[in-house]
Amino acid sequence: MAEKTARAYVNPYLGGTILGIVLFLSFYITGNGLGASAAINRVQVAALSVVSQEHVDSVAYFSEMGGGERSALNHPSVFMLLGTFLGGALSGLVNRRFKPETRKGPNVSVKSRWIYALIGGAIMGYGARLARGCTSGQALSGGAVLSVGSFAFMFAVFGGGYALAYFVRRLWN
Amino acid sequence: MAPFNLSTISGTLGYDLIFLLLGVGFGAALEMSGFGDSRKLAAQFYFREMTVLKVMFTGIVVAATLIFLASSFELLDFNRVWVNPTYLVPGIVGGLIMGVGFIIGGFCPGTSLVAASTLKIDGILFVLGVGVGVFFFGESVQYFEDFFQSSYMGRFTIPDWLGLPYGVVLVLLVLMALTMFTGAEISEAYFGRGQSLKEISLLPKVRIKTAAAAVLLLLALVAAFKGQPTVEDRWYWMAQENEPLLAAREIYVDPAEIVELKKNINVFVDIIDLRSEAEYNLFHLSESRHVPQVTATSQAFVRTLLAASDNTVVFLLSNGEKIATEVWKQLKVQGVLNLYILSGGINGWLEAYPLNDCIAHRIEKTLDTETLAYAFNYAVGDSVPSAHPYLPRMDELPACAASAEDSVIAPVKTTYYEPEAAQHLPEKKVKLKKKTVAKGGCG
Repeated sequence: MAEKTARAYVNPYLGGTILGIVLFLSFYITGNGLGASAAINRVQVAALSVVSQEHVDSVAYFSEMGGGERSALNHPSVFMLLGTFLGGALSGLVNRRFKPETRKGPNVSVKSRWIYALIGGAIMGYGARLARGCTSGQALSGGAVLSVGSFAFMFAVFGGGYALAYFVRRLWN
Repeated sequence: MAPFNLSTISGTLGYDLIFLLLGVGFGAALEMSGFGDSRKLAAQFYFREMTVLKVMFTGIVVAATLIFLASSFELLDFNRVWVNPTYLVPGIVGGLIMGVGFIIGGFCPGTSLVAASTLKIDGILFVLGVGVGVFFFGESVQYFEDFFQSSYMGRFTIPDWLGLPYGVVLVLLVLMALTMFTGAEISEAYFGRGQSLKEISLLPKVRIKTAAAAVLLLLALVAAFKGQPTVEDRWYWMAQENEPLLAAREIYVDPAEIVELKKNINVFVDIIDLRSEAEYNLFHLSESRHVPQVTATSQAFVRTLLAASDNTVVFLLSNGEKIATEVWKQLKVQGVLNLYILSGGINGWLEAYPLNDCIAHRIEKTLDTETLAYAFNYAVGDSVPSAHPYLPRMDELPACAASAEDSVIAPVKTTYYEPEAAQHLPEKKVKLKKKTVAKGGCG
């Protein structure tokens, strides 16, 4: 499978329309939007529970999710996370994009791309919890129901990205 | 009516499966749009490829159009749809930090999952990084809890902010998105493909794009012209559910039960006094709020009630029951939970917990009117035991005093104010309900 060339991505407007329909269905059925960062947070708390349940219990923010006998994973968002993973893998398989590789700009080494991904992820994770949601949970879901905070957040994300883009251009160009 | 009350099947396989399938759709939509490729995402910030903007905004406007179209045709109850509450400043600061993470790491949390699912190593590392970031957030949030909770504005939408109908805002949003798409196409041609500005046409070359844009705009216009359901419409749909509650007097709560609730530390009793300010000043229940009828039914006030915690019980009261019942209907249809009416109003309360004759005496023969059935010699506010019968009383009921100042007599001994009416508790009516809408996928 990996030898065959990957299929082209769909037209972004078509992809966006499919995304919008899935988002609508989510609101229609559950009254709630889509998301990812809360579930990653829960997985993190669950992992921490294995290492030290005592520590989870002693930090208020963690114990709300996985304090005491409660499992942090027992939450619908975790199933959504599993689904997102599955959906991505399925689409990747069908379109022949399912193979181990590192996507990077032409002027950085694979190793430094990995380090930057890790650092960027950590910054992103921190910001996402501060903003109470990630690009999907805040910007996309909140945007579709016209939340003021979500639009302000969305412009801030783009603002932060554009402000720094010039200085890290070697990463991507 | 949608959204469905999924809490009834919570914990079953079907419940989990719904979220799993929505996730599958979400993941597939992101992957097929190219969101698993960090280069494609980062290109957004160099104006070469505007895929992120196009996909995200198409997703937002398509979903918004479907949501408000469904709502205007009474297929979806928008009041029960979760709207991310606005915490303006933490949201903006968090957003700026995320923008930085985005350009350094090349993903956002959702897209990194999709990249990881197709075995992109940078995606897998990014997901691990997010795990580290949320861990540090959890560890450090206690040091800036005040900031994290600051500038809270509750459920606050752009139509609320601008004072425009939802449909109008929707049309404006669609127009804004179409303008941005045109800008994105120009940007891609100019920065991405190096075309000169003269070569770039403003309208899409593919006819289907123009047609799709027209359909979207048309649907938004339909939603705008149809309008969102009014409070009267809502009462009409919910009449079947709510009329029997009124008829069986399920929501009219006896004064004695309110007194009991006030003693319960697990419950927050929010008493809303709808009478005139003059009547409120003459006598009101301790810790009750004076909220005129007009304010009580305003959007801004309803929002504060909707944002209240799950252990809040709201009681409406007027002199009789008529005004309180009208307000109850309007608040109920807008989704206010745990909403009750003081049975018999203030007139009934004063029957149960009477005032001394020297403060007020009864003038009306019937209690069930919207006028105060008592004539007051002077205003006592909440300074008399009748206003807070649940507090330990320091003395016997004060004897008639010559002046208002003398009526508050020095404490002697501790008893509760227990008039005969309160000796036998009536059947309890208040049942605490939890909000059914779970917090957002990211919340």
